[in-house]
Amino acid sequence: MNYDHILNRQIKQVQPSGIRKYFDLLSGMEDGISLGIGEPDFQTPWHIRDAGIYSLEKGFTKYTPNAGLSDLRREISGYLKRRFDLEYAPMGQILVTVGGSEGLDLCFRCILEPGDEVIIPTPSFVCYGPLVSMTHGVPVLVETRAENEFRLTAEELKAAITPKTKAVVLPFPNNPTGGIMGREDLEVLAEVLRGTEIMVISDEIYAELTYGRRHVSMANIPDMYERTIVVNGFSKAYSMTGWRMGYVCGPRELIAGMTKLHQFGIMSAPTTSQYAAIEAMRNGDRDIEAMRDEYDGRRRFLVDGFRKLGLECFEPRGAFYTFPCIKSTGLSSEAFCDRFLAQERVAVIPGSAFGPGGEGYVRACYAASMKDLDEALRRLEHFLNSL
Amino acid sequence: MKKLLQLLEDDCTLSHAQLAAMTGMTEAEVASAVAQYEKDDIIRGYKAIVDWDRTEREAVTALIEVNVTPQRGEGFDRIAERIYQYDEVESVYLMSGSFDLTVIISGRSLKEVALFVGQKLAPLEDVTGTATHFILKKYKEKHLIFRKQEEQEERFVLD
Repeated sequence: MNYDHILNRQIKQVQPSGIRKYFDLLSGMEDGISLGIGEPDFQTPWHIRDAGIYSLEKGFTKYTPNAGLSDLRREISGYLKRRFDLEYAPMGQILVTVGGSEGLDLCFRCILEPGDEVIIPTPSFVCYGPLVSMTHGVPVLVETRAENEFRLTAEELKAAITPKTKAVVLPFPNNPTGGIMGREDLEVLAEVLRGTEIMVISDEIYAELTYGRRHVSMANIPDMYERTIVVNGFSKAYSMTGWRMGYVCGPRELIAGMTKLHQFGIMSAPTTSQYAAIEAMRNGDRDIEAMRDEYDGRRRFLVDGFRKLGLECFEPRGAFYTFPCIKSTGLSSEAFCDRFLAQERVAVIPGSAFGPGGEGYVRACYAASMKDLDEALRRLEHFLNSL
Repeated sequence: MKKLLQLLEDDCTLSHAQLAAMTGMTEAEVASAVAQYEKDDIIRGYKAIVDWDRTEREAVTALIEVNVTPQRGEGFDRIAERIYQYDEVESVYLMSGSFDLTVIISGRSLKEVALFVGQKLAPLEDVTGTATHFILKKYKEKHLIFRKQEEQEERFVLD
């Protein structure tokens, strides 16, 4: 068999992530510190885990309705209203997915025709481009800039729009930059999008992790509700990455289409996880706040540390990443990360891995213990002095 | 944002520089706030939480329910004071419910603890009864779980 003929052309073109090497190298190191992984370092709160366990004890081990348990959809609806002032009907406007990732995949599959363009601000999470390409869409990458606090501006958006533009992804709060879009920032984008048929795919997985001001969804902006699909999930807010629980909300017609595809591709999201998710939404608001407060202290510490060492660092206002500028070292971001790991046994991720605009920066995640952050800064000082 | 006291309660080894960065205060402000907390006895001390079971040292801890006769004008305070003065006594709490004081005692052996109860605590005037419970295993103390987390296989992709 010549599997080269078998494997789909699109998937062959998707570049494997260049990040793995850092973890492979790091895992061989005795006292290595990873600020590389983008995952909460908290366990899922016990009452949420317990609800999952209890559902198993009761024998809830079958499929759920395709769109998710109706109780869960009601909770999601109430949660979105309570915390973000978003109105979505439990029946018809909410689909429970296998993580936010499946939600994103469904968005692209269900709206794109071959050749349709999707505007993707970068630096950003690496999944959007490949998912768009797999459905024969065309990713149009738009670079956001540090001097704009890594927000997408109306000019940048306008310049990227063509007659083929089908959708724009809004990955805010942003991984890896920590940038957020405030209401006023969204208003100016809305001005550009009003009257068009362009959809917004708003990836709000870090919505609960903002510092100083609450997250605002594009769906909150007048005239934008009907052209926005909100993708969110439980992974970051409740430290539930392994449960694979996400959801998409939007116009009924689109959610109906996505539910169709979801029922063939997935059937229904994991049942145990859905029961745990109900508990998270009913009784988890305090957990969110406690974790956010914890991240906030570490965020301030790490940003302060970079600045004291002379690295410019934009103040991240969301998610759990810092994105310091390393241009002053004269190294490329990849060379910086390679050498920092080899010399000091600390893994951070080159900004270039997150698309155009990332070169010259590195991503350091502060979902790590204070001890590790402190030691990482100590080693960074040593490293910078060696250059 | 977490307040200074919360941060210190979670981890008192954080330096003033770290605390300053985490709270947005200056180091001088942290230093003076901590000094004030210490002066006002709001911060009562800084100690390590030790899992003695992982060491060679023999240690026995007991929780003792104590019933006492409260005294006119003094309530339970006077008798509590007479109990907590002993070095062997780790903690003393006034309780609601079926007994009055919880006294936590540690010693090197069961015998040492039993002797303390029999010879010092129980004979105290105003102590009307004791029930001693030895602690067999510590699972969690001050939010710290006394068990090693099992390693989980990690994921290597970007997120």
